[in-house]
Amino acid sequence: MHGIAIWFRHLYETTGINLTIAYDPFDRARFLDGFLVTLELSAITIIGSIVVGVIGAWLQGARLVWTRRIVQVYIQLFRNTPPLVQMFFFYFGLSSLLPTIKNSFGMQEPPVSGFAWACISLIFFAGAFNVEIFRSGIEAIPSSTIEAAEALGYTRLQTYLNVVLPLAMRVCLPALTNNLVNLIKTTTLAYAIAVPELLYVSNQIWSDSVNVPVMMVVLFIIYTALVGLLVAAMKAWERALHRPGLGT
Amino acid sequence: MTDRVLPVILPLPKALRRDASSSRLCLSLWHAIALAAFVALTAMAADAATGQPTRASVLVVLARWSPLLLRGFGFNILISLMAMAIGTALGVFLGLGLVSPRRPVHALSWVLTEFFRNAPWLVLLFFMIYMLPFRIQIGPLSIALPDWVKAVIGLGLPVMANVAEIMRGAVQSIHPGQWEAAESLGFTRNQQLWQIVLPQCLKRMIPPWMNLYAILAMGTTLASIVGVNDVVTLAGQVQAAEGGRTDLLAPLYGYVLLLFFIYSYPIALLTQRLERRYAVHI
Repeated sequence: MHGIAIWFRHLYETTGINLTIAYDPFDRARFLDGFLVTLELSAITIIGSIVVGVIGAWLQGARLVWTRRIVQVYIQLFRNTPPLVQMFFFYFGLSSLLPTIKNSFGMQEPPVSGFAWACISLIFFAGAFNVEIFRSGIEAIPSSTIEAAEALGYTRLQTYLNVVLPLAMRVCLPALTNNLVNLIKTTTLAYAIAVPELLYVSNQIWSDSVNVPVMMVVLFIIYTALVGLLVAAMKAWERALHRPGLGT
Repeated sequence: MTDRVLPVILPLPKALRRDASSSRLCLSLWHAIALAAFVALTAMAADAATGQPTRASVLVVLARWSPLLLRGFGFNILISLMAMAIGTALGVFLGLGLVSPRRPVHALSWVLTEFFRNAPWLVLLFFMIYMLPFRIQIGPLSIALPDWVKAVIGLGLPVMANVAEIMRGAVQSIHPGQWEAAESLGFTRNQQLWQIVLPQCLKRMIPPWMNLYAILAMGTTLASIVGVNDVVTLAGQVQAAEGGRTDLLAPLYGYVLLLFFIYSYPIALLTQRLERRYAVHI
């Protein structure tokens, strides 16, 4: 570890490539923390948005007109407004309307942290797209399949969870992958509400060490790697779910 | 003649027809009204929460600052239009590179496309803000590059990559028989592309291109993070100018949401309709 640090310091002195995150323990620690926050944020929002998508798609198939309408309003609202302003609305707007609570030091603080608000707003944002994606998958299921499940005595919820959703999932995986890739990229917006994620800590590091170009390259590489990982995982899942005769 | 129907096969009721355009437009209006009601509601809730009659009510504040906020929103639209123009112009070239049969050209365009498509927009924006000089010297001519111009370039680049991808997708969606038929008629590769394939692509590219524009219009708010005085920055400044009243935050950002919704929802509806019209039925 020490040898690596020396080598990177040497690299800085000879070439001017200042990778402080490789030799400075303080910068390395906060960079790793930021990376972990980004991972956490991505994982929570991916899972949360899929759950919202599944529930929303189920509600869209509801018999009540008003349930469908409310889901539709939710989708259109969140699809057609900027995610950044949504985040500000949640973080500044709603949080200022909530009562504050006392923390262990006796200070007043908002009950929901910036990280939580980032998760909530990103889940709602990506979830709106996921509902549409799942719905398009559900529409691809032939009605005879659903009728067959009905004839076998499945209830509506059972049909949805055991028959429709597993089949729809396979149809809409490529679109879902696209949206989740977008979601990972959108987690950078948490920067704006001071959640210490990757972009935020990188900003701190390049403000301290004046190594903007180097940190930029590092950021690009990390986000490309994250997106690549997600795409590879989704591709693997797609292959694992593949059933001959369904879809392409 | 066409109005006559057989007594057994009645025409579909108007509401069930696919191109029930009038009902769709009504829907958009309803959504806007619902949103306006939502903003008013948050405003009233905020008013009730503070309960101090001496201060101006939230709606009055919103009305007072509307001209400024609207101007800020206009700036957002201007940025989006310029970024779209730059992105589309460059993206067409990149797209042509993507469908090129020449390996090095294809490989280079592929790398560029993937890079700009996978990088987060905000990181690209930061990159442009920090990396571009504030002034370019071309011979005797010196051009100043204010932050918003850099933001336009920073937003234009991912648009470029997405336009290229849209173009590649459209070209691939053209049946290979078209290329073969054109080739058998003695068209050169360039003629095949420009006279046979691309004209057919154009129609298919419009819906995803409009979709991209809507996404870009949303993305212009990112410019506020890197210091451009757009509508989001102005909303923050209005709140500060009103004495930092925290009860103003929800209505102000709700108002900005409403502006964007009114702008992009019709675009989304139009895109949907075009998509349906141009859908390829196999």
